[in-house]
This record gives sequence, structure tokens and C-alpha cells, in this order.
Amino acid sequence: MPDEAFNMAQHHKDADMSPSSTAAIEVRDAVKRYGTFTALKRISLTIEDNEFFTLLGPSGCGKTTLLRMIAGFEDVTEGAIHLFGDPIADLPPHQRPVNTVFQNYALFPHMTILENVAFGLEMRGKSKSEARSKAGEMLELVQLSEFAKRKPSQLSGGQQQRVALARALAPQPKVLLLDEPLSALDLKLRKAMQLELKHLQRETGITFIFVTHDQEEALTMSDRIAVMSAGEMQQLGSPTDIYERPRNMFVADFIGETNLLEVSVDAIAGGRATCHLGGGHELTCNEVEGIGVGAKVHLSIRPERLFMSEEPAEGESLKGRIKENIFVGTDISTIVELAEGPDFIVRTSNSDRGNKRIFEPGTEMFVNMELGAGRLLID
Amino acid sequence: MAAGAASGGSATTDTYASARNLLLLPSWVILGIFVLAPVIMMLIYSFLTKEFRGGVIWQFSLAAYDQFFFDRGLFGDEPAKIEWTYINIFWRSTWQAGAATILSLLIGFPTAYFIATREESVRPIWVFLITIPYWVNLLIRTVSMKFLLRDEGPLNDFLMSTGLIDSPIHIINTNFAVQLGLFYSYLPFMVLPIYAAVERYNFSMSEAAADLYASKWVTLRRIVLPAIKPGVIAGCILVFVPSLGSFLAPDLLGGAKNFMIGSLIEEQFKGNAGNWPFGAAASMVLLSMVLIILMIFARQQSKADKAEG
Ligand SMILES: Nc1ncnc2c1ncn2[C@@H]1O[C@H](COP(=O)(O)OP(=O)(O)O)[C@@H](O)[C@H]1O
Ligand SMILES: [Mg+2]
Repeated sequence: MPDEAFNMAQHHKDADMSPSSTAAIEVRDAVKRYGTFTALKRISLTIEDNEFFTLLGPSGCGKTTLLRMIAGFEDVTEGAIHLFGDPIADLPPHQRPVNTVFQNYALFPHMTILENVAFGLEMRGKSKSEARSKAGEMLELVQLSEFAKRKPSQLSGGQQQRVALARALAPQPKVLLLDEPLSALDLKLRKAMQLELKHLQRETGITFIFVTHDQEEALTMSDRIAVMSAGEMQQLGSPTDIYERPRNMFVADFIGETNLLEVSVDAIAGGRATCHLGGGHELTCNEVEGIGVGAKVHLSIRPERLFMSEEPAEGESLKGRIKENIFVGTDISTIVELAEGPDFIVRTSNSDRGNKRIFEPGTEMFVNMELGAGRLLID
Repeated sequence: MAAGAASGGSATTDTYASARNLLLLPSWVILGIFVLAPVIMMLIYSFLTKEFRGGVIWQFSLAAYDQFFFDRGLFGDEPAKIEWTYINIFWRSTWQAGAATILSLLIGFPTAYFIATREESVRPIWVFLITIPYWVNLLIRTVSMKFLLRDEGPLNDFLMSTGLIDSPIHIINTNFAVQLGLFYSYLPFMVLPIYAAVERYNFSMSEAAADLYASKWVTLRRIVLPAIKPGVIAGCILVFVPSLGSFLAPDLLGGAKNFMIGSLIEEQFKGNAGNWPFGAAASMVLLSMVLIILMIFARQQSKADKAEG
């Protein structure tokens, strides 16, 4: 059963060997409404071929909705979706050369593991024996060959997850969609699967669109991340971009741990903004376009970019008093209270603590940072 | 010590076992009185001698079975030939019940599927609508059916007024009328188990199939049907078995020519003209037939499961 879209996409992929810049997926001004509720508010994004792309955001922000629109399970209220240049918004799911790893795996319970993995290949027109041998190879890839004859209910959660992965990868889709595939696994297994997924993506060269609400997972695995909130795109960039240069308060707060301080901007000169944080404390950081003198905004400083000393260090120094030390394994988090000012969390790595002492609560200390460590946030 | 502990352990399980038996006793008694006893009574009666004004004489006899299966001529002195009359009635009944089951499946499956895929809040309303007619007595429903289908009835009037037909279609007193009647009598028994199965079905499996390039039809055949098969089988059995022994629909809608097992048995116990041992023997044949069909079904099912596993 040859079908147009697949062949067209295949064709595009072949033509793509030349360094043309056709994106794997292009979402243009996509809007999704359920009745009066708008789940996605005009989302646009471009996902490159061979990319490990992550949609990150809190539960209910519309990640699954966007993924289901790409897979074809939800229609697009407004806007367009292109797959390697071809519009696909009007194609039914079974004609889109895109496969999904479902959050609940959705394995077929009456089929063996091998039959599950072979299903997509058979539907693509492969003969039964050809499909089975290819499926066997896929099971080898995810190290489940010995379970080929079992039913899904006879496997553990982690194994089922790998079957779902093998089943979705077997027909060699142009794009693989993964909806929180690791969320049901325990921490250790999840970490192992994160690496395995990343390797699989590199080996197969298939574009992965990965959905998660776990920022750490997103930072570890992705080439690029789209941070979403309430149906809107907040920021799109590489993990370092998103972590070190959050565009707004939501992103800064959602990704990693940070000190979010209310500040007002007193002066701007030479690319530097001087702000005060209350209690007479002052800080200088890099200027951000769109934030002028007099603006009351937030300043984000990552705890690991701060360090403590008994004497003020070069750069920015603020005087405070230690409130509490919290041991978190690899690090120690210290809460420092500025006189009549906000609290700071300072993170010191246990490995480079070296000969530095842990200071008792009540000790007067200086909290220091480099000039570029703080970042002013829009809204 | 160890031995003491072990015996203590087994004593505990024994206590549970006897408690369980005690608690199950009422169920066993009820099952015994209402299921086992009537069947055993029928079995015994089928081997007794008939009394002419109904009832039995307590004397062993194979006459009932002989009458059912063999023809020895008018005076019982010819060599035994197979008596086809009753076997044919059984055959026709099986056929009619089978047709009614298929009809119920064809209508009941889409209905059940439709209901199970509505919004959760409106499903009970649909189920209720399906069951409403069944609050009315079966006899009255069957008589109404007769009224609807007869030559001068509303159905033929309607078809003639639309100009689709010139003269009434004769439906009453045909096989089809009986099938329609049986279908209508037992439709909910088809709809409800299938509905329950489809409602339990996880539709993300259909999405997974579509995602793996299966068309709607292939998804239905290879994913949905296997998952809801138990509901479909239950529905078919629940329609087929009572249809097989039914006598209202064949009597009222089929006329004398479309006599079924139910009517045959019913007649043997009615009034003074009956023959109780013969009725009991026919019932035993019917029961054996149903049991054999169910057993073949179960055997095939477990074979299919093994082949898959
Ligand atoms: N079928 C639906 N009908 C109405 N609202 C829906 C439907 N599906 C999702 N939503 C709503 O759309 C929003 C986004 O949902 P979803 O995409 O599942 O979020 P996420 O995957 O990010 O947790 C939620 O507020 C959810 O309640
Ligand atoms: Mg989701």
C-alpha cells in the first residue's frame, strides 16, 4: 500500500542530501482551540532534520496537544504544519511518515513483542517474514531479543517502554514523537534510558521531538528546547541559552534553581545597569534591551554563580549573614540573609570546596559574583 | 517447635476453608434447587412412561427417545428408520437462532460501538434508551411486532404510500419474521456485553495503530476486534441460546410452518394432550446440543489463545 505523503517525504529526504535547509517540521502560527478554550496560542517553530528537539513546560501547557497535532490525532484549528516542506495538516495519521512513542506505551496486548514491533512494517507493505526479521533486528537494538515471544503484560515497565520505542522506530519514520516516554520509570532507569535515547537518536539520525515536564531531562538530552507555558512559547534555544540566558521570569524560574530578586533599575551606562534591591544594597549587571531606567523588574542569579568570602571580593559584593546550610550530596546550599534585604541561595560544590570551610549559621559573610552573573528579566 | 508451627499454619488454612464452605453454602443450595434439581428431574422424567392425561407413570422407558429419533411405522413393527421430523425442527431452530444472532450482531455491534464512543456523561442515557422496550412483557412486544409487520400493518402501509412497493410484502409467517422477532427479543443481550467491552477498550491503541500506518478498517480488524472479542462472544451466546429455545416469536410470527424446538417442548406440557417424557427428552437433547456448542467454542478459544501465546 504505497501512499503519497510517505513517498513525497521520502523524496524530499533524498533530495535533502544536498545542503538545502528544509526543516523536518515547521509549525506556522498554529492555534488549537477546544470550544472556547485555547490550548495553543499561535505557536511557530522550526525543527531541523536530525535534531533532538524538546518541548518543555509544566503539565497542562499544551505539549501533548502540539505533539498530537503533528501526529495527526488533533486537527489544527488555525495555521499550518509542514513535514520536509509538505503541508501535512490535512493528512490522516496513518498517512503521516511520523511515529509516536505514547506516554502509556499503548502496546497491543494480544500480540507478542515481535508482532507489536513488526506491525508498522507490515502496514508499510513489508511481507510478513521481512517485517518479522526487521522487527527482530529492532528488538536486538533495544536489547529485548529474548523477550520476542512474550506478551506485553509479561514485561516490566522499562521493557515495555523499550518495546514501544522499537515499535515506533522500526518503520524508520522521518520524525519520532515521544510524549513523556520516561515519566513512568524510576529515577535510575530513567537516567539510563535518557542516555540510550540520545544514542539511538544519534545512530538512527531520525529527528526526535521529545516532550517532558522535567527540566533536568530536557537540559541533558536536547539539542534545542522550546519552553512552553499556558499554550505559549516562552523561549526557544539550546540548553545553555535557556539556562544561562533565560528570556523571562517564567523560564528563569522553571529551569533550574535560581535567586529571583525584585530590583529597580537606577542607571544604565556603558552596557551596564545598576539596580538596587532594597535595604540599600546595589548590584550591577549587564544591560538588557527593553529594560530602561526606573523599570521595576526581576533579576535572576544562579546559586552556583555566587561564592562567599569573609572579605569583599572583586566584582559585586554584598554583605550578609549565614542563615542555614543545606547538604545536598554533591553540593552545599547556603542561605545568606542580607541586612533588610532579600535572602540568597549560594551553592558550593563539595568537590571544589577544597580547603574552604563550612561557615556556621550566624557568621557574617560577603556574597560575591562576577559582573555578568546576574540577568535582568523582562516581565 | 517447627512441627507445632507447621500444624498451626495448616489449622489456620483449614479454618478458612471450612468458613469458606459455610459461607458458600447458601449459594450452593440455591444453585442446587434452581439449576441442578430441575435438570435432574427432566433427565429422570425423560426415561419414564407417559400418562395419557399429562404426567408420568414411574416406570422406566426409552419410548420418549425412541419417538424422537426413530420411526417404527404406525404399529411399531417395521424396522427402525431415522425419524427426521424432530431432527428437522431442531435443525431449523438452530438455523433460525443463528440467523437471529447474526442479525443482532450486525445491528448490535455498531450500536454498542456508537454508545461506547459517546461522551461519558451521555452513555447511560443511550443504554437506558436501548433497554426501555424491555420493560414491557415479551408477549406484548411480540404481538406488537406482529401488528407492525402484517400485510395491512403500518410497515406495509408506509412502504406502499412511499410508492416503493405496489402490494404488501408478506412478512408474517415467514422465517424472516421469526428471525426479526428473535432479534428484537434479545437485542440488548448483544448490545450490553459489547458495549461493556468497547467501553473498557483503550482507544490509544487505535491511535497507535493509525500511527503505525493502519487504515481504519485494518485497525478495527486487527486491534479493536481482538480486544473486544470476549464481549462479542458473550453477546452471541446470550442471544443464540435463548433464541434456540424460544417459542413466543415462532408461534406468533412464524405460524404453523415455522415451528421451533421451544414450541415443540411447550406443547408437550400444555393441557391434557401433552407427553411429558417426550418433552423432557426433547429438552435434554436441546440442553446437550447447547452444551456441546459451548464446549466447542471454549475449546477453540483456548486453542486460539495458546496459538497466540
Ligand atoms: N480533548 C480536550 N478537550 C478539552 N480540553 C483539552 C483536551 N485535551 C487537552 N485539553 C486541555 O488543553 C490543555 C493542554 O493539554 P495538554 O496538551 O495535554 O498539556 P500537557 O501535555 O502540556 O500537559 C490542558 O489545559 C487540557 O485540559
Ligand atoms: Mg501531556
